[in-house]
Amino acid sequence: MSVKTLPDLVPDSKIKLPKQAERTLSSGLTVIAIRRPAVPLVELRLRVPFGRAPLARATLLSQALFTGTATMSSIDIAAELQAVGGGLSAGLDPDRLLVTGNSLAAGLDRMLEILAAVLTDPAYPADEVGTERDRLVDHIQVAQSQPAHLARTALLKRMYGKHPYAVQTPEPEQVRGVRPGQLRTLHAERVRPEGSVLVLVGDINVEKAIDAAEKALGGWIGSGRDGNVPPTPALEPGPLLLVDRPASVQSSLRMALPAVPRTDPDHAALQLANMVFGGYFSSRWVENIREDKGYTYGPHTAIEHFVAGSSLVVAAEVATEVTGPALLETLYELGRIASLPPGADELEQARRYALGTLRLGMSTQAGLAGLASIYASFGLRLDYLTEHSAALAAATREQVAEAAARYLAPSRAVSVVLGDAEKVEGQLSALTSVERGTA
Amino acid sequence: MARKVKIPATKYPVERFTLDNGLRVVLTPDRSAPVVGVAVVYDVGIRSEPEGRTGFAHLFEHLMFQGSENLEKLAHFRHVQGAGGSFNGSTHLDYTDYFEVLPAGALERALFLEADRMRGPRLTEENLRNQVDVVKEEIRVNVLNRPYGGFPWLKLPPVMFETFPNAHDGYGSFTDLESATVEDAQEFFGKYYASGNATLAVAGDFDVAAATKLVEAHFGDVPARPKPELPDFAEPGLSAERRESYVDRLAPLPAVAAGYRVPDPIADFSAYLPYVVLAEVLTDGDASRLVERLVQRDRIVTSVGGYIGFMGDEYQVRNPTALLLQAHMPPGGDADKVLRVVDEELDRLATGGLAPGELARTQARMATHLLRDTDAVLGRALPMAVLELQRGRPELLNELPRLVGEVTEAQIVAAAASLRPESRATVEVVPGANQ
Repeated sequence: MSVKTLPDLVPDSKIKLPKQAERTLSSGLTVIAIRRPAVPLVELRLRVPFGRAPLARATLLSQALFTGTATMSSIDIAAELQAVGGGLSAGLDPDRLLVTGNSLAAGLDRMLEILAAVLTDPAYPADEVGTERDRLVDHIQVAQSQPAHLARTALLKRMYGKHPYAVQTPEPEQVRGVRPGQLRTLHAERVRPEGSVLVLVGDINVEKAIDAAEKALGGWIGSGRDGNVPPTPALEPGPLLLVDRPASVQSSLRMALPAVPRTDPDHAALQLANMVFGGYFSSRWVENIREDKGYTYGPHTAIEHFVAGSSLVVAAEVATEVTGPALLETLYELGRIASLPPGADELEQARRYALGTLRLGMSTQAGLAGLASIYASFGLRLDYLTEHSAALAAATREQVAEAAARYLAPSRAVSVVLGDAEKVEGQLSALTSVERGTA
Repeated sequence: MARKVKIPATKYPVERFTLDNGLRVVLTPDRSAPVVGVAVVYDVGIRSEPEGRTGFAHLFEHLMFQGSENLEKLAHFRHVQGAGGSFNGSTHLDYTDYFEVLPAGALERALFLEADRMRGPRLTEENLRNQVDVVKEEIRVNVLNRPYGGFPWLKLPPVMFETFPNAHDGYGSFTDLESATVEDAQEFFGKYYASGNATLAVAGDFDVAAATKLVEAHFGDVPARPKPELPDFAEPGLSAERRESYVDRLAPLPAVAAGYRVPDPIADFSAYLPYVVLAEVLTDGDASRLVERLVQRDRIVTSVGGYIGFMGDEYQVRNPTALLLQAHMPPGGDADKVLRVVDEELDRLATGGLAPGELARTQARMATHLLRDTDAVLGRALPMAVLELQRGRPELLNELPRLVGEVTEAQIVAAAASLRPESRATVEVVPGANQ
């Protein structure tokens, strides 16, 4: 066996931002167009402020947005979009209604026209809304049988208490009660251009794409209602919440820790501290509970940003019989990152991963569209990529250690376990105080 | 009504060569973003694993990340991620792939890492036991602890097929996984992981001449070993309908999946391709046949999907394979009724043909999906590596949008007419939750 040495890396070139343009229309809609001509397609993202919208109605509205206009049925809409290689769909998060789509670049004008028709002239026909309502009820019922969904639901409730973010999925009965007229009202009040951002990315001329958007969406007018969500409350650590899911063969372990927005001076250091702890495969926690102990398959941690607050979420599905030991290792690794500075090498490795991920994220039309749209929701633009890269490159070991001590200490964690309570309660109680709860 | 749009194509360049040890190489440069994708694909998959060793191909995929000649355990992950990249691997019916996407300056590192494990992974008892545990957790999270786990990709093949290669559980039984040995792993590596049984594809920001030199430098000294003969997994199609059902104790609602055998995807690609388009005519979006009828009109399913290949890799699968339809139903849903309506719609298509514009719009949407996938460097490196492996034609990736666009109405009609109840295998999920 000959010994071979690892080749050096060729240093990265400076990040080059693609050609872009932006215009805010008189209606209050901001349009951002970005050129990446690698394939003859265009990506579309539209985010409409939707904070504090009534949850069941808003969720059904997102499912039923494309069910019809005064002149087009749901099938017409789908067929017309398909004819230009296009598709549009909608989703909801606690802050925004999000329309996602793409088409052949030559179909951009048509996709925008159809989007405009849906936004300005929605019908919410009773029949189609009924179909979507039944489907949504069924989907929620299926989601409620998924351990990951149940664990998330319990964690959100535990994190946010009475804050609007505490419940992000409506109950089936609430959805069953929603009528088409209520969707029309909600649409009229909230699906508005003011504060909305449309992002177009692809094989486009950026100025012409904005002109096309202005032409198609010029008739979408009307002021939005205040959707500001109050700041999220501070996390209140307490006993671990144990939610029973009898006969589970795995336990879903979740923890929430405090985090800061992207614009906070601590953000880059905290992101690096999270990486070293558990935020990527080559982190201490993943190497420990997966590659050393074999407790789990896909453990991960991530900083989640919402408009009203950010948090760091830790998630692993672990075998029932090692639920306690998995919690022990998690608390150990949190304690270690919070009390000792990271090694210089492991910090450099995490830093290069974070910087590389930014580059990879902007290397496709869909990736760029997603980044530009998410950043815009927080008032940021694509140049944040460059600024954040500089912050990641500059963060020192001391700053990372400080951020870890401040945000990742195990004493600050809010913890939830969903699993077979009979089998895991004893294991967990040996490590921390436990209270029973429901999902 | 629907206007016809011109279907665009990609023109990604394709450079091919073969090293003395038999490794086939595809380079497809593109300077539009400073990133590279590297894929190595081995011609072994679930269908090749030995009897009594269900799940072994996938378990072995895990072992390929556990250190190699010049790399300790964990080093592979750290070197890829420490270069700013991401990695993964996946096991399919007919191949196993390993891949990285990285900033362009890390190309040589990725080649070094892939070459090192092609020379020899570190197959130790400790790593094997650790990864058996990890794979068991993977099966728990994806199959045992969630509703509809393994539906339909693990549930339909045993109804549809007779022979072990085609019918067995590709994730494997815990008994088989736990009894796997280091010797099994060594033998599997020796037999299937020869350089001549693999392809390497690199896509993205590099110079062809420089990359060729790097490939030769890193892979050139991988020792040549005999390449295994490719088995024929063919078995006769069904002559009578087969139906099975099982209770899923976690599922709250019923579901059904049906499979129909289709022509040989490689030997008879021109006969096969219309089935790929047919699956989309039936299920792509609200204006498709089955969504319109089953979801919107009859409201007897909540969702319906159609695709070819149990893992959704229609251009990367060998014979035998199937066109699958799967549907989730509302409470009290009736699978028989769903299948009867599917038959009606297939008959209607076979006798009445397509509506004006229906085929063109389906083809336009398929082109968008194909082009969108190739926008990512791995969306080119991975399929090109498999197309080289299975067909010696990586450039087929560029041709697919056009070929899809050339499928005719007559071909769709004939394909629809061939999907008969008597040639269908069906598996039904009986909800066991809340009982």
